[in-house]
Amino acid sequence: MSFTLLQGTLEQGLIYSLVALGLFLSFRILNIADLTVDGAFTLGCAVSAVTTLAGHPFGGLGLALAAGALAGLVTALLQTKMKVQPILAGIITMTALYSINLMIMGNRANLPLLKCDTIYSLAAPYLPAGYNKLIVAALIVAVVLLLLYLFLKSGTGLAVRATGDNPDLVRSSSINPSLTITIGLCLANAMVALSGAMLAQYQLFSEITTGTGMVVIGLASLIMGEAIVGRGNMARCLFSTLLGSIIYRLVIAIAITTSLAASNLKLISAIIVAISISWPAIKEKIEFIKLKQASRK
Amino acid sequence: MLELQNINKIFNKGTPNAKQAINNLSLHLEPGDFVSIIGSNGAGKSTVFNAIGGSFWLDSGHILLEKEDITFLPEHKRAKKIGRLFQDPLRGTAPNMTIEENLALVYLRANKNRSIFGITNKDKDFFRSKLAELNLGLEDRLKSKVGLLSGGQRQALTLLMATMVTPKLLLLDEHTAALDPATADKVLELTNKIVATDNITTMMITHNIASALSMGNRTIMMNNGQIILDISGAERQKSTVQDLLALFKEKSQTALDDDRILLT
Repeated sequence: MSFTLLQGTLEQGLIYSLVALGLFLSFRILNIADLTVDGAFTLGCAVSAVTTLAGHPFGGLGLALAAGALAGLVTALLQTKMKVQPILAGIITMTALYSINLMIMGNRANLPLLKCDTIYSLAAPYLPAGYNKLIVAALIVAVVLLLLYLFLKSGTGLAVRATGDNPDLVRSSSINPSLTITIGLCLANAMVALSGAMLAQYQLFSEITTGTGMVVIGLASLIMGEAIVGRGNMARCLFSTLLGSIIYRLVIAIAITTSLAASNLKLISAIIVAISISWPAIKEKIEFIKLKQASRK
Repeated sequence: MLELQNINKIFNKGTPNAKQAINNLSLHLEPGDFVSIIGSNGAGKSTVFNAIGGSFWLDSGHILLEKEDITFLPEHKRAKKIGRLFQDPLRGTAPNMTIEENLALVYLRANKNRSIFGITNKDKDFFRSKLAELNLGLEDRLKSKVGLLSGGQRQALTLLMATMVTPKLLLLDEHTAALDPATADKVLELTNKIVATDNITTMMITHNIASALSMGNRTIMMNNGQIILDISGAERQKSTVQDLLALFKEKSQTALDDDRILLT
């Protein structure tokens, strides 16, 4: 694999790591399978693209963060106030976002950003030539990681973490679990949208289908990271999520160079996620069969 | 302190399964009262706790805590003033978080001048001194995940969490019933110590009539959603387990059918 390809892989791994971090927050910490992510990612792309076309690439990131948080808020309100099942709440928001995303992009399925200033091109004069994208992406991810780490250690962060672990405890600590779920989902989707916003300016276009399957990709990254680094304290969890995302992109890059059709990648991701999530059940079954065989002897 | 005014609750209202779980019940607690509650299965003991804690809305009647009407206050807001422990030791702690994080969850909420960076070294020292009082060796395991602790250790930790910020009212719902006898005694001893030190108004449901008589200053017996016996002072001093069983039979016209009570 060439160095250029490796660098590109690293850049993408960094950008997509924010999706994996968002899913770490919703799936691992809140214990909610939040399908808003697919829509929120494209939302970030669309908002960032339109704002960049208007000449404000950095504003695009800020607006994408806000838009993502708003998407998370809708899902959270459906779940907590309207008592819609968590998965369905995500699907409802995701479906609504498809139309909204098209609207944002002016009813076009594809929005090219050619000859536009982006966060990467604007930073280029101050950075070593050729590494501008890598450094900008790394800086943004580093800031997000740091803020997320501090948040998870704070009093509010502890309450969000306890919500997925034991909602009874949150209630008896005089915190409304609806509030902690809302905070968690807003933050998670804001990160996902930021990832989309960075990607749109990175690949210089925004497309309505970009977010499709993003939940599964994010989960695959998360799980691969956990498989390699393992789970432990918060710092370790965040690091493993970041690493998982980069490794996932590496696997994809290898798959592409070995002339595997890129269209197969979502199938492979789906299989990775399905197997790793069902692994405890598979293991239990195998142990049961072994036990039965042993008792027959 | 705590005032229950003619409270009523019917579950499954308007169906053949309708059950009057609380029947026009009134109760008044003085500050510092420690009330033990006994009664057979389905007598409404836990239902009264759930009503006070805010797990459901009453059909009628009022609940006053320190003269404030909390009848329609949501559960998480009541939790500011009411600490609760349940039979299940797993209910009161977050298993995947460490001991210090569990303690910080309740402590940081109440501590007004807390650091934005979460748990400080000063907080840790405070947690260590509090854990040392439990005498379970937990003060050296601040970074251990709570899921690794035994049921008794978790219940002791829950007791500490529920009382670290002194509650106005402490509700103990058979909080030692799931523990082995030795651990149960230890947790009861801790309960006595903490309640006495902070002079917390406490209600404790128990199936152990002996500890119902030995702990606290007042004993209530419930049946069919009503209080059928309420003794304190000298009358309670001279009561024995046999007396209470006889009294129950006389008042409710049935024998106390809870085998756990009869066996302990």
